Amino acid sequence: MFTTRNEKAGQFWAGVRAEFPLLIGVFPFGMIYGALALNAGLSKPAAQMMSSIVFAGSSQFIAAQLIHESAPGLVIVLTIAIVNLRHMLYSASLAPHLASLSTRWKTLLAYLLTDEAYAPTIVHYERNGVQPFGHWFLLGAGLALWSTWQASTALGIFLGAAIPDSWSLDFALPLTFIAMVVPVLKGRPYIAAALSAGLVSLAAHALPFKLGLILAALTGIAVGTILEERQAQKGETR
Amino acid sequence: MNIWLVMLLGGLVTFGMRFSLIYLFGRFQVPETMRRALHYVPPAVLSAIIFPELFLSGGVFDVSLTNTRLLAGLVAILTAWFSKNTLITILAGMAALFLLQYWL
Repeated sequence: MFTTRNEKAGQFWAGVRAEFPLLIGVFPFGMIYGALALNAGLSKPAAQMMSSIVFAGSSQFIAAQLIHESAPGLVIVLTIAIVNLRHMLYSASLAPHLASLSTRWKTLLAYLLTDEAYAPTIVHYERNGVQPFGHWFLLGAGLALWSTWQASTALGIFLGAAIPDSWSLDFALPLTFIAMVVPVLKGRPYIAAALSAGLVSLAAHALPFKLGLILAALTGIAVGTILEERQAQKGETR
Repeated sequence: MNIWLVMLLGGLVTFGMRFSLIYLFGRFQVPETMRRALHYVPPAVLSAIIFPELFLSGGVFDVSLTNTRLLAGLVAILTAWFSKNTLITILAGMAALFLLQYWL
């Protein structure tokens, strides 16, 4: 019993720790969102609640902007859906690791599933394989991000975006993603997947609604999978 | 449409997409190719997020010595490759960015 509790706590705090560097970049982002949402004409409660009801950074920025432009409600909902489409990829990617959980756990973890919770969690899972209490890692990472997002939104609402741009704290986000992706690049299919996705994301960056990101991700996944299959075939004929 | 209703629907759609495959997995037979493809989601998605942050400045493709984020990003990539340590990578990248912004 005691060991079980220790293992859960161990996974949970490992998740919180892995999330930490990302929070440096998320905090100013949340403050900017809070300040921007007020400027866009949302009430304080609405600006704050969007951070827990939608809980997805970039779609909240775009929604606030569309509300400001008095876009029709259906357009705003649809835009949120398209901007967040990439979460289905995360859902698919984590699914094999969470398959044995109860629906209640799956519901909670799905609510907490963001870019920033997904990245450290999948890297942890791929490195360590399926562990009995691995879902506590995602809970730790997800809750750390969730509470930071709520707190930074509140600060942004009441103080404005008080952290100066020149501190470049937002750069901590891509840096953390770099630290996570580079060790994952073990072998040619993975490197090719990363490079092709990166190039397509540059070529398609002008597409609206983060569609460039989705197109790039799908390209990288296809390139990696095809290369791996080819390598396997070559290995067989040899 | 009421703004609270818009947020509620937007939240529901977002949750639905996050929940979809976590919920469905295991209820259906997942093809082997699909299972294999899932391993490429992290490198593909993360690179698709990283590349524009490094190569675009102000929405324009910029490969020059004045693009401090690209240079600092390259420092971070090399650091990550050799150190395999998250914290050291971030510190190296941030330090490089500050120094380059100061010098250039």
